[in-house]
Amino acid sequence: MSAASPTHALLLATLLFAVGMLGVLARRNLLLMLMSIEIMLNAAALAFIAAGARWHAAQGQVMFLMILSLAAAEAAVGLAIILRLHSAGRPTLDADTGNRLKG
Amino acid sequence: MDALLLPLIVACPLLAAGVLFLSAGRMPPLPSCVIGAGSVGLSALMAVVLAIGFLQTPPPTGALHATLWSWMQVEGFSARIAFMLDPLSLVMMLVVTGVGFLILLYACGYMHDDPDIARFFGCMTLFVAAMLVLVFSSDLLSLYIGWEGVGICSYLLIGFWHTDTANVTAARKAFIVTRIGDAAMLCGLLLLATRAGTLDVASVLQTVTTRPADLQAAIAAFLLLGGAVAKSAQVPLQTWLPDAMAGPTPVSALIHAATMVTAGVYLIARLHPLFASIPVAMTAVALIGLITLLLAAGSALVQTDIKRILAYSTMSQIGYMFLALGTGAWQAAIFHLVTHAFFKALLFMAAGAIILRVHHRQDIYQMGGLAHAMPGVFAAFLAGSAALAGLPLLTAGFYSKEMILQGAWHADPMLWAGALLGAFATAIYIFRCVFIVFFGPRHTEPHGRTGAIMAIPLVCLAVLALTGGWMEMPDAIAPVHLLSNLLSPLFGAPMPEGPHWLLWAGSLVPLAGIGVAWMLWQPRTGTRTPPENALARLARAGWDFDTLYDVLIVRPFTTLGQLNQTDICDRLSDATAATARAGGRVFGRMQSGQVRRYAGWIAAGTVVALCLGVRP
Repeated sequence: MSAASPTHALLLATLLFAVGMLGVLARRNLLLMLMSIEIMLNAAALAFIAAGARWHAAQGQVMFLMILSLAAAEAAVGLAIILRLHSAGRPTLDADTGNRLKG
Repeated sequence: MDALLLPLIVACPLLAAGVLFLSAGRMPPLPSCVIGAGSVGLSALMAVVLAIGFLQTPPPTGALHATLWSWMQVEGFSARIAFMLDPLSLVMMLVVTGVGFLILLYACGYMHDDPDIARFFGCMTLFVAAMLVLVFSSDLLSLYIGWEGVGICSYLLIGFWHTDTANVTAARKAFIVTRIGDAAMLCGLLLLATRAGTLDVASVLQTVTTRPADLQAAIAAFLLLGGAVAKSAQVPLQTWLPDAMAGPTPVSALIHAATMVTAGVYLIARLHPLFASIPVAMTAVALIGLITLLLAAGSALVQTDIKRILAYSTMSQIGYMFLALGTGAWQAAIFHLVTHAFFKALLFMAAGAIILRVHHRQDIYQMGGLAHAMPGVFAAFLAGSAALAGLPLLTAGFYSKEMILQGAWHADPMLWAGALLGAFATAIYIFRCVFIVFFGPRHTEPHGRTGAIMAIPLVCLAVLALTGGWMEMPDAIAPVHLLSNLLSPLFGAPMPEGPHWLLWAGSLVPLAGIGVAWMLWQPRTGTRTPPENALARLARAGWDFDTLYDVLIVRPFTTLGQLNQTDICDRLSDATAATARAGGRVFGRMQSGQVRRYAGWIAAGTVVALCLGVRP
């Protein structure tokens, strides 16, 4: 099995990003939308890794670590918002019902 | 020291006005009175001190100057806020502060139970301050400040009882009509400024004497005359004065009789070399005066409201002053201004005392027989009426009117005849008022008493109305020329007196008028109902100038306004608003509240941005 070339990695990243975005757009469950966002973030991180491997530069991996921490923070905030909504008396996780801010 | 007193005289009532206005109506009546009348009294005191100093040691240049500050200084034009005391402003200062103080004292009694007394005294003191600025200014632009200041105070005080719509309408009318004149006057001032490069009175008059009178100067003079005509309620801008009687009576006495309405006379007297250099302007002034004095006297003959009689009489008397100005008898105009201030303020205040005691009725046909009930007020009113009619020898009005008649005789015997006819009508209308109000059967039972605080100013002014004329007498009676001598540095030597029979005519005509009034309205056989023919109705409505202006100006203007209400300019701004609203509606629909749709827009935007970025 040959080592994955950067091109392959980029292809995989694109695929992952599309899956994640599709999840965000199609899913109505807030938890699953959050997970889809994680997938998109990881796709972006993979693209950085691939770029770092292509040009033999350390910045790619640095950016990966950065995105990792960003994802953790984002997950924490997102989950906190969901918990807050829940404690405010919204029993459902359906994102489409939270549309009271429409213009 | 003297130059310092000059701004202080103005500052005193101005400060009082500030204090009274800042109290926002919470100042109780007594302090309001003390501050209001006291500040003007202090001004009067300083004015007397200043006048004595001025007369004892006249300044070498003939005038005292106090330049406060330079207002504007640009290429080719400069204006200063500067005061000046010369004989003319000296006389005006004494009238404004002296009569003003007496009227404010009277107002303390007249207005004592009015809840808005602080506002009243605030406006009154502000008026006195503005009037003093007007008479002291040695720069026409700062004179214009005073000119507008007295206008706004007049507006505020006519509409003082603003819960009644009629009063507010009257106030608005006065303001708008005088504003027409003010606009003309401002144009005239600017025209003068382009000639002289400054509006300093001395420099402006210097230009008049050095440059021959041309069309520009004539136009400026006529525009200034427009301002004077509106302020002094002369034909054709006289319609506001009778309605201005809607204000409290002390206001009518101070502003619409004694001081503000004579501002036009003062303005022309102040700029007399300009007018004297343009003969056609002089003729216009004289004719305006003559027409006004006759028309107003005719109206006064048939009025039923006591204050309106006095209002038309004021117009008529200022007509005399304009006649004097137009014939070049400057001293006579100022002399009549002074005596008129005395007896007209007295008449208004006596009328106010009557109105208070007959339950705020103003119709003379509802009064009747008041001579026994209020002998003091009767005596005061009689003194004022005698002075207004010009009862020979005894009263101030006789001497000043005689001087005007002499001047008119020298200019044109026709003017003299018209003025004499006016004097005849004056005696008739004011004694008609006296006979109907004070004699005959009593229609309204008077109540209460006229308090001392109101009586003292009446006594003072009655004395002045009788004796105030003795400062200037014709040579045939006694060679006393105090006022002429005082004013001669400014106006030159007075005219020589005419033949003796002029004096006899001027003395006999008022007596004849009083006789006619006695025959027509004496208690036993006279008529006791207002005349009701068509001519009387026309005269009572002030010769229907109001209707004329309504048809000629007001209605076309409002029609035009209504047509123009939805004009093209409005369409433009309306279209802008409609576009914004429609755009908001369209884009507002995007804000659906659906998180997933937002995410979709973000994704679509990113894709578009990427496509644009990647495009080769």
